[in-house]
Amino acid sequence: MELLLNIVIYLPLFGALLLLVIRQDDWVRWTSLLVTSATFALSIPLLLQFDISATGTAQYLTVTEPLLGDWDVKYMMGLDGLSMLLFMLTTFMAPIVVLSSWSSVKKHVAGFYSMLLILQTGSLGVFAALDLFMFYIFFELTQIPMFFLIGIWGGEDRIYATVKFFIYTLVGWLLMLVALIYVGFAAGNMVNDGVFTTDWRLITSPEFQLGLVEQTWLFLTFGFAFCIKVPIFPFHSWLPLAHTEAPTAGSVVLAAIALKMGTYAILRYLIPLFPNAAIAFAPMFAVLGVIGIIYGALVAMVQKDVKKLVAYSSISHLGFVVLGMFAFNTIGAQGAIIQMVNHGLSTGALFIIVGMLYERRHSRMIADFGGVAKMMPVLTVMFMIATLASIGLPGLNGFVGEFLILVGAFNSEVLGSSWYAVFAALGVILAAGYMLWMFQRVMFGPVTHEENKKLTDINAREIGLLVPIMILIVWIGIRPTDFTKYSEAQVTWMLEETQARAEAMAANAAGDQLPAWARKLYDVTPQLATTLETGIDGTSPSEHAGETAGNDANRNKIEDQRQ
Amino acid sequence: MESANELLTISPLIIIGAAGLFVMMLDAFTGNARLAYLFTMLFSTAALAVAVSDLFGPMGESFNGLITYGGTAAFGMVLVMTGTLFSVTLSRDYLEKTGGHIAEVYSMILFAAFGMLLLVASNNLVTLFLGIETMSISLYVLAGLVKNQKKSVEAALKYFLLGAFATGFLLYGIALLYGASGSTFLVDIAATEEKGMIYWAGVGLLLVGFFFKISAVPFHMWTPDVYQGAPTTITAFMATASKSAAFVAFILVLSRALPDARAEWGDVIWVFALLTMVIGNILALVQDNVKRMLAYSSIAHAGYIMIGLAAGTDAAYNAVLFYLFAYTLMNVGAFGIVAYYEWHKGYDMTDINNYSGLGFQQPVMGILMSVFLFSMVGIPPFAGFIGKYRVFAAAVDEGLISLVVVGVLASAASVYYYLRVLVHLYMKENENGTVLTRPGTLYFSALLILGALTIFFGVNPGILTDLLGTFKAPHY
Repeated sequence: MELLLNIVIYLPLFGALLLLVIRQDDWVRWTSLLVTSATFALSIPLLLQFDISATGTAQYLTVTEPLLGDWDVKYMMGLDGLSMLLFMLTTFMAPIVVLSSWSSVKKHVAGFYSMLLILQTGSLGVFAALDLFMFYIFFELTQIPMFFLIGIWGGEDRIYATVKFFIYTLVGWLLMLVALIYVGFAAGNMVNDGVFTTDWRLITSPEFQLGLVEQTWLFLTFGFAFCIKVPIFPFHSWLPLAHTEAPTAGSVVLAAIALKMGTYAILRYLIPLFPNAAIAFAPMFAVLGVIGIIYGALVAMVQKDVKKLVAYSSISHLGFVVLGMFAFNTIGAQGAIIQMVNHGLSTGALFIIVGMLYERRHSRMIADFGGVAKMMPVLTVMFMIATLASIGLPGLNGFVGEFLILVGAFNSEVLGSSWYAVFAALGVILAAGYMLWMFQRVMFGPVTHEENKKLTDINAREIGLLVPIMILIVWIGIRPTDFTKYSEAQVTWMLEETQARAEAMAANAAGDQLPAWARKLYDVTPQLATTLETGIDGTSPSEHAGETAGNDANRNKIEDQRQ
Repeated sequence: MESANELLTISPLIIIGAAGLFVMMLDAFTGNARLAYLFTMLFSTAALAVAVSDLFGPMGESFNGLITYGGTAAFGMVLVMTGTLFSVTLSRDYLEKTGGHIAEVYSMILFAAFGMLLLVASNNLVTLFLGIETMSISLYVLAGLVKNQKKSVEAALKYFLLGAFATGFLLYGIALLYGASGSTFLVDIAATEEKGMIYWAGVGLLLVGFFFKISAVPFHMWTPDVYQGAPTTITAFMATASKSAAFVAFILVLSRALPDARAEWGDVIWVFALLTMVIGNILALVQDNVKRMLAYSSIAHAGYIMIGLAAGTDAAYNAVLFYLFAYTLMNVGAFGIVAYYEWHKGYDMTDINNYSGLGFQQPVMGILMSVFLFSMVGIPPFAGFIGKYRVFAAAVDEGLISLVVVGVLASAASVYYYLRVLVHLYMKENENGTVLTRPGTLYFSALLILGALTIFFGVNPGILTDLLGTFKAPHY
């Protein structure tokens, strides 16, 4: 199975190399379809064999010897509950993306598909990497094809869009590289006999304890990089531009896969690595998430361009994901994970549909459409399902994610207030407003433009590529547990572990002479405040341990499981 | 017998020195440039092979301590010969197309390479000076190779005047250090007991001389003019081999002659590294000429490398050596492709606007250019990333976090000008109807090998880092 995981990851890359020697455009398309379908087919056993009750460790783990000689940087790949669904989403979307650009991409076809395939390998690597350094490498590997995809096959303003996208992201990630190096050395000194390490198991182990001041800076640096990638308001300005200018396939991959790397990284690295800082800054991130939800929705409402509207709705939906993660409870984090998948499916479908309309009408302006439903009944049904899923209609997938997140945020101890959920819920109402209004203007009403009368309905290929997405949208909506079960155990474990580590680190740091700002910052959170004060009053950490016996018991249990 | 063994320790030097003389004679009697090219290739390959085998050989000193061999010196030779061999390979096609393919070029390249080899093997300031001079004088000639081009002559004259100045500083520094320590051997200088005015003035002047050779800001003024004016493949040679040689010699001097003064020169280099990165990158942003842009980019790279020198630990020196290797691969490659585009329409072709839409013609060349440029940006999985990463990491380990942060921000800014080339190659329409011809087989395969190595050492850096890790003091 370990081998299978690696085959799934690298098959697209080999496909991309294969495309270099194929001259016929049609052959290129079929080869890409074959490669991505094979990748998806091969990834299904990974899902079926997945042990959903396992916690703490990754499955299908490949670990090599250190690659960098004197430094313990390993090629380490595996899947766990946090990554399984996103990994599958990536393999699932790939053939659909290939099909969606079947006829719309006419120039440099081989180049286009090889970029898509390289992007696929990069994305799968991001979700499967369990070494922070490997994660960084695979992440950058996704940036290069994306740069070319937007820049070569994009719309009119594509060069500005792609350069902004690339540099904006890189600034954050290069700064993160410095923080990553710092973490590597610190972890090396504490848990790896002085040898630099970025092994996920080691940097999230209880023995790896960072001081609060260190955590703050590292958290902010990592957080900055991830915020840009998600993007979280106010670092979002590259997104609408990139989405609008990208070709359909680029937008779909960006929405369905690439944006998830940011949110996934928050869950996988940001929160577990710097638990105290994550808890202290949780309200701030939650506020940014809520602002993103409302801001994205309001801006989406006034868009004239359908694609831009969908792009801004992405900002709104990702706000929910962030809110769910920083609720620090299982239900919120579960909601966040399923919401990532949902957003990938419904927004992906919306971008594909907008692409289909654009291919026929060469316009994305809402005003250029109207009454399209008469000419394109099949598309109308699909569009309707995707729109309703995006709004969060009960019975479709969007509802599940948003509901879980709102419940999580409502009951969150760390956030400590139900107002976050109340304001976030506004976003759902606004979504109904802008999505349905857009849908009504595009699909219904009288046909005001002559050109629209000649529109032809979607063909078999287009139906074929949308139907699988629609099936999943309904499936998740009706039986969400079929999907949430994959992440439940691992998420619960991770949050408990994070909480335990946060308390241990706070207890350790209590005796330190913290600068005033840090004390103030870390006083905000209820549990930590007690820990910090107990320490300051001169009680030794061991006496304090009694108070948190429950948590210690939890940790022991976790350690037993590990062994 | 002892002396015969000593000769073996400098075998690359002997090969290249003999080759230089041989090619010069060949030129005098036949004047056949192609023959000269062939022999230069043969000798360079032999010297590279010997240097590579020396990497795994013993380390030590010979010629009464004048020469150091093995370890860092051997790696310096590999760097020099890699740069030389690939630039020579590219030179024939380029010079034939642009005019100026004469046999003297090769003998001058070989003499310059000889100087560089001596430089990286020197264990004594006098040997070092001899190396620098042999290298520089040959380079002055090479820069002015195309006699009927104003730019080229201007480059040679500027290079010569400024270079002579810098040599003066260097020599003065050497003299003062000799005055302070009573010796020109690196180890003896380290043992200087009285560190007075003379000593510090000597150290300062020595640093200035080196800063000039590695084109650190504010001693970088000559670099853009010379790199732009010189024939492109010669620029590739200057930018890689001579810079690597200067950096390796710098490491030798810093680690062997001035280990006790690390705190002092560490701070000095800290400041100059910062200046070099920031100014190099900012000036590169506004260049329209690709050669000039690459010249500023090489200044910026010198800045990143200097972060490693400022850290001044074993790990940092290792990282710098790795960086230099990656730097050599990607720079020869990038200049090679610039040279290839240039031969279609002459010098005008180095303007970035004339690159529009060329990426899809001759797609392999376009892909290779992308590889080299992304590697320069420092994006995995290319060798440039590993180099940058290791240098930054060594500096973070030494606590130079603020310098590294400036470094990463500077390299984020650098993305803009590197990407600009790719934007023109791939995302704009070809307006002036340039039609690219197929490059020659040798030219093509040299670039392909460079590209392959750039990817190989990016994916598989362990091979080199393991080897570099075995270089331990005192034979850095």
